[in-house]
Amino acid sequence: MLTTMSGEFGLLLAGVLFALGLIGVLIRRNIIFILMSIEIMLNAAGLAFVVAGARWQQPDGQVMFIFILVMAAAEVSVGLALALQFFRSFRTLDADAAGRMRG
Amino acid sequence: MLYISGFVAIISTLMVITRKNAVHALLYLIVSLLSVALVFFVLGAPFVAALEVIIYAGAIMVLFIFVIMMLNVGTASVKQESQWMSPAGWVGPASLSAVLLGELIYVMTNSGIRLINVSMVVPKQVGISLFGPYLIAVELASMLLLSGLIGANHLGRRNGRWGNKKDLEGKNS
Repeated sequence: MLTTMSGEFGLLLAGVLFALGLIGVLIRRNIIFILMSIEIMLNAAGLAFVVAGARWQQPDGQVMFIFILVMAAAEVSVGLALALQFFRSFRTLDADAAGRMRG
Repeated sequence: MLYISGFVAIISTLMVITRKNAVHALLYLIVSLLSVALVFFVLGAPFVAALEVIIYAGAIMVLFIFVIMMLNVGTASVKQESQWMSPAGWVGPASLSAVLLGELIYVMTNSGIRLINVSMVVPKQVGISLFGPYLIAVELASMLLLSGLIGANHLGRRNGRWGNKKDLEGKNS
């Protein structure tokens, strides 16, 4: 499997996905959607690592993607547990309701 | 093939951030992750493509589905979402992010990488690199997963008693 392709497309795809995730974080108020958009952004960063690893034919990019994957798993488990506690306290998923927290 | 899956990823991600129902958005997110996995495979990284399907589209999305099921917010949240999604709320952040994306595209197209010769980086190389020079990072990742597990377990308790969420958190580690 030896082909030649435009390496810019992979990086551009990563950039577009990251920007879409950023827009998602900024415009949504639901905590579940914010967590999903953070997943999109982490995935886009991993895509950029893998494209760079494919450019130089080194496994380091894939290793970095595995670490991003581990971090995303840990982050999403803690984030979803926080969202559950948040919903139990406030009966809503609105992120602005966190302003009512006391202590 | 790379271009088709790339465009599928972009379109489905666009659908993720605009859906009102959380489950629909989650299904589109799974489509997006699968197409990114296809991009990884075409780029010559089959191990990472498999990990993307198994861990992202499998474990993490199952975790999201469980939480959406436990929250059990149905049509009421869809109505609430349509109230929150007013044009005045999303035009500003979206246009500013689009400006940032335009700068990024400008930088990449001017001094980016032109052509890459794709040959497969096999899982053996990844494993040798992972447990050779990156061994300390693997240990740190295991500590991160342990702290994530303990944190999720602690936060997931309901009022001091051990709830039934313990078996849920063990899935992703």
